[in-house]
Amino acid sequence: MTTSDIAQGPFQVYPQSVPQSVSVKKGTGQDKNARPLSLSGHVGFDSLPHQLVNKSTCQGFCFNILCIGETGIGKSTLMDTLFNTNFENFESSHFEPKVKLRAQTYDLQESNVRLKLTIVNTVGFGDQMNKQESYQHVVDYIDTQFESYLQEELKIKRSLHNYHDSRIHACLYFIAPSGHSLKSLDLVTMKKLDSKVNIIPVIAKADTISKSELHKFKIKIMSELVSNGVQIYQFPTDDETVSKINTAMNGILPFAVVGSSEEVKIGNKMVKARQYPWGVVQVENENHCDFVKLREMLICVNMEDLREQTHTRHYELYRRCKLEEMGFTDTNPESKPVSLQETYEAKRHEFLGDLQRREEEMRQMFVQRVKEKETELKEAERELQGKFEQLKRLHSEEKSKLDEKRRSLEDEINTFSKKKAATELLQGQSFNTNANLKKDKDRKKSPEMEAKDVNLTCDEATNQNHNCCFRNL
Amino acid sequence: MSEVAVPEMMMPPPAMPAAFQVEKPVPGPGMGDFSYVGIDAILEQMRRKAMKQGFELNIMVVGQSGLGKSTLMNTLFKSKVSRKSVQATSQEKIPKTIDIKSVSHDIEEKGVRMKLTVIDTPGFGDQINNENCWQPIMKFINAQYEQYLQEEININRKKRIPDSRVHCCIYFIPPTGHCLRPLDVEFMRRLSKVVNIVPVIAKADTLTLEERDFFKQKIREELRANGIDVYPQKEFDEDAEDRMINDKIREMIPFAVVGSDQEYQVNGRRLLGRKTKWGTIEVENIAHCEFAYLRDLLIRTHMENIKDITSSIHYEVYRVRRLNENNTAIAHANGTGQILS
Repeated sequence: MTTSDIAQGPFQVYPQSVPQSVSVKKGTGQDKNARPLSLSGHVGFDSLPHQLVNKSTCQGFCFNILCIGETGIGKSTLMDTLFNTNFENFESSHFEPKVKLRAQTYDLQESNVRLKLTIVNTVGFGDQMNKQESYQHVVDYIDTQFESYLQEELKIKRSLHNYHDSRIHACLYFIAPSGHSLKSLDLVTMKKLDSKVNIIPVIAKADTISKSELHKFKIKIMSELVSNGVQIYQFPTDDETVSKINTAMNGILPFAVVGSSEEVKIGNKMVKARQYPWGVVQVENENHCDFVKLREMLICVNMEDLREQTHTRHYELYRRCKLEEMGFTDTNPESKPVSLQETYEAKRHEFLGDLQRREEEMRQMFVQRVKEKETELKEAERELQGKFEQLKRLHSEEKSKLDEKRRSLEDEINTFSKKKAATELLQGQSFNTNANLKKDKDRKKSPEMEAKDVNLTCDEATNQNHNCCFRNL
Repeated sequence: MSEVAVPEMMMPPPAMPAAFQVEKPVPGPGMGDFSYVGIDAILEQMRRKAMKQGFELNIMVVGQSGLGKSTLMNTLFKSKVSRKSVQATSQEKIPKTIDIKSVSHDIEEKGVRMKLTVIDTPGFGDQINNENCWQPIMKFINAQYEQYLQEEININRKKRIPDSRVHCCIYFIPPTGHCLRPLDVEFMRRLSKVVNIVPVIAKADTLTLEERDFFKQKIREELRANGIDVYPQKEFDEDAEDRMINDKIREMIPFAVVGSDQEYQVNGRRLLGRKTKWGTIEVENIAHCEFAYLRDLLIRTHMENIKDITSSIHYEVYRVRRLNENNTAIAHANGTGQILS
């Protein structure tokens, strides 16, 4: 069945070879329900990978690298060398108060592939006196990128294929070439990051270590990482085409790299190199450093796998933890699957119920307090009332006593006035009878009368006094 | 802050050949070229990943019985993929209600593995009263979207969510030669909003070329008049190049197809065809019928695009609707009337 001259038209035709009998792939675990089938002719869906690749080429790719290392260790230079351009960076000072992350995005193009490359640099890492908080900023940054992707994914109206993926796909950790072992800051940082990002450790400025020292250094580093349980990125070995090279590279980790943007003439070529009085370190010479290996592993062979690991492992882990932390589960107590929104609504309901309950409590407490206060006040009132009554009683007692006294006084006055009247009457009588005797007794009676007058006046005076007393009352 | 640096490579690496065989470019000082970075190697990596993962395709065929649906499927995939070939019973009774039956096959070609699922709808349009015959189909399609949605919003998600969403629905129009029937119009109108519909004229060997052209024109007019957007949809054209290609396709739909799974000797070659007393109709001859165009559209050039539109447009529409109605339902149940954003 030749087909090349048959199917022409508005479609691109792919050159097809003579169809062979295709072997049947026995159930490669794809689906238990699907039966393997053999095709009796050329169908043409082997162009599918090409269609996929075409589509991705149109869309462009996205890759984000995070470089962690001390200031001046050569991160920016290595990035320049790796991507063969001069990313305009400025040197950072050593006096940053805390670690900052600076992200820059570049659009690169090679043949027909467009790459949106984002390089995130840690500024001021390892410069502080107290380095306890250094790694926290990095972890927070990585989490923020995951969070924004998660938010986009959970939106109702979302546009995932237009979304600029800012999650970190690879983290190059720059180890200082001391030749001895990892610093404690390195260990702590890598331990914190190994479950969030693919870590690729590199030994920076490797031209300061000799070959034998380098070998020992690498072994020491790897054993320290293993003994501390740090999981660095392993190049995948399950695909036959690349498993050999990947396994070999896994044994050479960490890569000892040298970066340079200057060119030196060697023979008749200009190569990237660093010129010293004692010789020239060529960046792309595999005998001098592992730069070529790093470039190959990072970009040429495993870029897609790095992206996939980030999405399927690190991001999923973050998402799971985040959602579980918010209280969502896949199954409720009756083991029935629960939708995200049901859980959300249930939580909201619970929260509102909680709120209401607390409001009720507060209200009840308030009412109780008011009651207590009320009883207190009533008590006080009663006391006051009691006192008042008492005083009133005292007062009325006093008054009655005084009234009695007054009455007795009045009685006395009455009797006295009676007496006075009687006395006056008597005096009148005695005066008339004694009128004859008066001339004789005038001289005798007048002092008596005067005395009586005086008595009377005295009495009158006392009467008046009494009257005054009464008036005073 | 973003800066643009477009480096000009001094010596470009080997260009991508037109065929999909990609040579892995080898970087390194051996080549004498240090300006090569190797970014385009990611295409090869993607291809490798795709080959390893395999592909999935779900096609639904809808049409009255006897229009040659199963045969066409078998012809398209050059193997016995249809339900009839799988079923043990040889009797074919027209079911009382519309059944939805799906059969899956693992097929492989040149290292590319694909899980093909053919979803058959026996009983469609066969009853006396065909009102609401689209409902079971609509329900099935929505159920697949629902299943995918549930998987997607799980906390513990699978690494690769199995995709059972219907990517493409091939609708068989009987070759009356006049115009679309109300059943056709109604079905396509409703379903073009949830799935990619590819209408085909079945058993096209009963129409002469003039009748065929006339029929196609009538159909296109009617589709336009009813606002039915079949695949390739005009609104989803991405750029000018796309639009050009798709416009050419749009001028040819619906394809007039003939299916056959038997080979005959024609001019010394063995070809798929139908042998009649007046001649042999070659299935893959574009002078005879448009099967080759359909195959190219569906499989060789636009398959990824079809799957893309299903996942990024039809599925998203369903998701938006579903999440919104979930919101309102729950809000009403709580009596709060507040809608979540």
